[in-house]
Amino acid sequence: MDAEEHKLPLSQNPEWADVTPIPQDDGPNPVVPIAYKPEFIETMDYFRAVYKANEFSPRALQLTHQAILLNPGNYTVWHFRRLILDALGIDLNEELEFMSGISENNPKNYQIWHHRRWIAEKLGTDVASKELDFTKRMLFLDAKNYHAWSYRQWVLQTLGGWENELNYCHQLLEEDVFNNSAWNQRYFVVTGSPLLGGLEAMRESEVKYTVEAILRSPENESPWRYLRGLYKNDPKSWISDPQVSSVCLKVLSAKANHVFALSTLLDLLSHGFQANQEFRDAVDSLRPSNSDPPDSDLAKAICSILRHVDPMRVNYWTWRKNKLPLSV
Amino acid sequence: MGELVVDKHVKYILSVEKRKDSFESVVLEHLRMNGAYWGLTTLDLLGKLDALDSNEVIQWIMKCQHESGGFAGNIGHDPHLLYTLSAVQVLALFDKLNVLDADKVANYISGLQNEDGSFSGDEWGEVDSRFSYLAICCLSILHRLDKMNVEKAVNYIASCKNVDGGFGCTPGGESHAGQIFCCVGALAITGSLHHVDKDLLGWWLCERQVKSGGLNGRPEKLPDVCYSWWVLSSLIMIDRVHWINKDKLVKFILNCQDTENGGISDRPEDAVDVFHTYFGVAGLSLLEYPGLKAIDPAHALPVDVVNRIFFQK
Repeated sequence: MDAEEHKLPLSQNPEWADVTPIPQDDGPNPVVPIAYKPEFIETMDYFRAVYKANEFSPRALQLTHQAILLNPGNYTVWHFRRLILDALGIDLNEELEFMSGISENNPKNYQIWHHRRWIAEKLGTDVASKELDFTKRMLFLDAKNYHAWSYRQWVLQTLGGWENELNYCHQLLEEDVFNNSAWNQRYFVVTGSPLLGGLEAMRESEVKYTVEAILRSPENESPWRYLRGLYKNDPKSWISDPQVSSVCLKVLSAKANHVFALSTLLDLLSHGFQANQEFRDAVDSLRPSNSDPPDSDLAKAICSILRHVDPMRVNYWTWRKNKLPLSV
Repeated sequence: MGELVVDKHVKYILSVEKRKDSFESVVLEHLRMNGAYWGLTTLDLLGKLDALDSNEVIQWIMKCQHESGGFAGNIGHDPHLLYTLSAVQVLALFDKLNVLDADKVANYISGLQNEDGSFSGDEWGEVDSRFSYLAICCLSILHRLDKMNVEKAVNYIASCKNVDGGFGCTPGGESHAGQIFCCVGALAITGSLHHVDKDLLGWWLCERQVKSGGLNGRPEKLPDVCYSWWVLSSLIMIDRVHWINKDKLVKFILNCQDTENGGISDRPEDAVDVFHTYFGVAGLSLLEYPGLKAIDPAHALPVDVVNRIFFQK
C-alpha cells in the first residue's frame, strides 16, 4: 500500500472494494455510549469484516496497524495480528521494530507488552539482550513502569541475561534511591539470579549497600524494608547482626527523619533484641518535651514518640504499643 | 470541605454520552463492559440504580457473551476475564443472574486455569494475579468455586507475596496496591487469609497515606482516588482499616469532585472520569460516608446485592 492509497478512505480505496464493512453494534440505548470518530468507525468496520472472514493477508495486517494506532488497547486486533503474522510467516524481528515505535507512546498498555512477549518467546534467547535494552529504554522514560518491570523479570527468567542486572539496579538507585521498583528488582536478582549464589551468599555485601543507602536518606521506606527482607526466614541473624541495630542508632543520633529507624528498632525489640544504654539515651533524646512522663520501657517509649512524629498513623502506633508485653 | 454532590454525580454518569471527549470514548470502546460496571455500581451505591432501564442493559450484556461462555468488552469483541466478571457483577446488581447459564460461564473461567494454579486472562495466555481474583470472584458469585482447583489457585497467589507483606502480579513482582486488593480479595473469598501477614501488610498499606490524606499505590508515588478503593478494601478485609486517618481520606476524595458538573478525578483539579467516580464513591462507601449503600470489599458489589447472592438461595 503506497502513501497515496493510505490517505484514501477505505470505502473509496479500490483495494478494499471487495470487502463489505460490518458496523459496530452498541446495542439499544447504550449504558456507556461512545462518540466515535469517523476514521475510527471506518477502520473498525473493515476490521470486523476481515476478522470475521479470517482473512490473513498483507492488507489485513496493514489494517490491524491502523486499528492499533487508533486504539492500541483493543486486544482483539492484537490477537488477529498475531494470527496473520503466523499465517504469513512474517519475520518477527521486523515486528519487534514495529512494536518499539508504538510502545513509547503507550507504555502502560497491557496488549503491547503481551504482544512483545509472544514475539520474544518465539525468537528465543537470541533476543534476550535486545529485550533487556528495550525495557531499559522504557524505564528511562518512567523508571517505575510496572509493565516494563514485569516484562523485564519475564525476560530474565525465560531468556536469561542476568549478568549485568545487579549493576543496572545500582545504576537506577544512583539516579533515584527512592525508586521502590529498583529495590524490588534488586531483591529479585539477589534471590533469583543463577549467577549470584542466593540470598545468604549475598547478604553481607547487600547489608553494607543498604545501610549506606539508608544513611544517605533515612526517610526512604524502601531500603528499610529491603534490609528486613535480606533476613527472610532468619530472624535470629536479623536481631543479632550489629549492622542492623547500629544503623538504627546512627539515624536516631542524627535526630532527623527517624520514623523508620524507630519502627525498625521497635521490631527488633519485639523479637528479643536487648538494647544497651546507648539506645535508651538516643531514644530518650527524641522524646517531645510536651509529652507524657517518660516510659521506663524502651519499646513503649518508641511507640509514644512515633505517635507524636507520625500522627497520620497514630492508631497503628497505639496498637503497636498496646500489643507490647507488660514491662517487668 | 464540601459534601458529596450525589445528584450531580448521578447526572454525570447518566450523561457521559454528551461529552465530546472522544479520546476517552475510543479508549472505552473495547472495555465498555467495565464502564457499565463502574457506572452502574456507582449509581447503585448512590441509591439511583432505577434511573436506568435494566432490560436494555441486560439485553446488551447478553449480546456480549461469546459462545465460549465468556463475555467481551463490547458486542462482537473477544471474551476476557476482565469483562466476564463485570458482566456477572452488573447482572447481580439487577438481580438477573438467572438469565445466565452459570455452568457455561464457569466452564469458560475454569478453562483458563493453568497447571501451576494461576489464571490466564483469556485464551492467549497473559498470566497475572489480577486474573486469579477475577476468576475466583466470578465463580463465587455464580456459586461455582468447585469448578476450579482452589488449593492450587491459592498457592499461586501466596507465591506472589513479597517480604514487605504485599503482593505483585507474578512471583517477584513489586507490591502494588491494586495487585494487593486482587490477591487479598481472592484469599478472602476462598477463606485463605491465613496466607496474609496481616500486621505487616496492614502497616505497608497504611504507609500509603500521604500528607494530603490521599493514598498512593506504591512508595513515593502520587496519591490517586482509585487507591481509596484498593488500599481501603484490602485494609478492611484484613481488619486493619482503623490504622489510616479516615477523616483526611474522606476530605481528599471530596476535594477530587467536580462540584459543578459531577464526577470525580484522580487528584484535585484533574479531569473527571467514570473510573475514578466509581472508586471515589466506593471508597467513601467503605468509609461509611452517610447516605451511601455499603459495599462488600471482596466482591466489589453493594452489600445488599452480595447478601442476596449468598443468603437468599
